Amino acid sequence: MRIILHVWRQKNASEPGRMVRYEVNNVNPHMSFLEMLDVLNEELVQQGEDPIAFDHDCREGICGMCGFMINGRAHGPEPGTTVCQLHMRHFRDGDELWLEPFRARAFPLIRDLVVNRSAFDRLIAAGGYISVNAGSAPDANAIPVPKQAAEKAMDAAACIGCGACVAQCPNASAALFLGAKISHLGLLPQGQPERYQRVLKMVSQAALEGFGHCTNAGECEAVCPKRIKLEVIARMNRDYLVAAVKHLGVKEAVEAGVG
Amino acid sequence: MSAAIITKVDERIAFYEVPAGKKAIVAVTGLVLIGYVVAHMLGNLQIFLGRERINAYAELLHSSGPLLWAARLVLLVAVGLHIVFTVQLWLAKRRARPVRYLKKVDVPSAYAARTMILSGPLIAAFVIFHVLHLTTGQAGLPFEPLNVYDNVVRGFRIWYVSLAYMVAVSLVGVHVWHGLWSMLHTLGLDDERYRPTLERISHAVGLLTALGYLSIPVAVLTGLIGGGVN
Ligand code: HEM
Ligand code: SF4
Ligand code: FES
Repeated sequence: MRIILHVWRQKNASEPGRMVRYEVNNVNPHMSFLEMLDVLNEELVQQGEDPIAFDHDCREGICGMCGFMINGRAHGPEPGTTVCQLHMRHFRDGDELWLEPFRARAFPLIRDLVVNRSAFDRLIAAGGYISVNAGSAPDANAIPVPKQAAEKAMDAAACIGCGACVAQCPNASAALFLGAKISHLGLLPQGQPERYQRVLKMVSQAALEGFGHCTNAGECEAVCPKRIKLEVIARMNRDYLVAAVKHLGVKEAVEAGVG
Repeated sequence: MSAAIITKVDERIAFYEVPAGKKAIVAVTGLVLIGYVVAHMLGNLQIFLGRERINAYAELLHSSGPLLWAARLVLLVAVGLHIVFTVQLWLAKRRARPVRYLKKVDVPSAYAARTMILSGPLIAAFVIFHVLHLTTGQAGLPFEPLNVYDNVVRGFRIWYVSLAYMVAVSLVGVHVWHGLWSMLHTLGLDDERYRPTLERISHAVGLLTALGYLSIPVAVLTGLIGGGVN
């Protein structure tokens, strides 16, 4: 296969970037998209040019490191697929593809297709955890979890934090990511003590980081490689509103060191 | 970019300063407006029951004095808050993506969802004209106080008045098409299981509202109502 690429090249945040055209010949349809870029990069290195920088780690769709826009779609055209798991057989010989980095104020560009997603780490640090006393692991099923809650929590826990939802959102909102974390933890018994503080802190942090707001457009859901459902956003909104109304109680609880 | 991490609940940002809080205000005020838009449409349809009926309805509303003003006040506050917060959110969203994409697919996303910021202000502009036309009579169009029937018929016989009205109520339909469901989602009333139903209800309310309002200028232009008015 022959693939024509237009790739966003930018040395660093302060220098201007531009689209550069490349032709990749002899693309094997069984290659993943990233392997195709590896091949191109080898050629570039041999020609003495800088290889294209892109993020990746596991290359099996579980770590959340990879991700960029292919023809205006985060992670490319295949639903429920990270770009590392996207195979070239989904494209046609001679296809022309435009690769751009995820764009959001909260995801500043580092180089080429690599952006800094530390804002997600700060969202987690603000409240996306459960405080426990470290010790020996609890017995399985020591805390009963209703089946429905367990399933929904597992679905939400599938989020790998790739940032595609932010990238695709017309408003660069982090609502799907936040909703996934808040649902994952808020549905389980272990997540209850901090449930309302968590949502207040994470939602506030997202505003500080400069993410946009959710207009319920649903683009995030369509590109999420883990098929996180829009309903997690409704759950977050619900918890946020309850928390905002009950804030006084929560504040007192925090001051008293409860939860 | 580095941002301080919120570690205590009292460091959190005020309700009306975070997007979710602003959106909740937009949602509640939007619901008030939808309630009004639907009630107003049903009230207006009485024009099909004849001149006496609709004029008596107008008389009834006007004779309710303080109640009428209370309702107007609620609507005015709702519109005001709705506009202030949607415009704030829209400005914030533009800041949230300073570098645009060269190529961007708007994946499944509803046309209606992306054009709320266009349908909204156009509706607002129309409402001002509409009040001047049929409430205060200052739009330079035929007007007799409390003679709603004749005012409507004479107004809508002017093609561009009808056209403006029809465009505006279609936009209201588009706005509600996405708005009703969106508002429920914003307030947290959504779940994978009943989302298709909620979306369908939202689309139906938007469509029926627009059709209800559209029926009036269409009836005037085709001569179905207003035969005796000159
Ligand atoms: C007939 C009058 C109106 C009705 C019934 C109405 C209703 C609604 C509803 C229910 C929503 C959904 C709220 C949510 O997503 O939670 C909404 C959103 C919105 N409305 Fe209105 N609205 C009206 C007039 C206006 C006006 C005059 C503007 C002018 C600025 C406006 C601008 C918007 C915008 C921009 C949104 C999207 C908010 C967002 O998600 O960012 N609306 N409207
Ligand atoms: S919600 Fe989906 S798109 Fe967003 S970060 Fe998680 S896995 Fe990626
Ligand atoms: S490289 Fe790990 S998810 Fe793609």
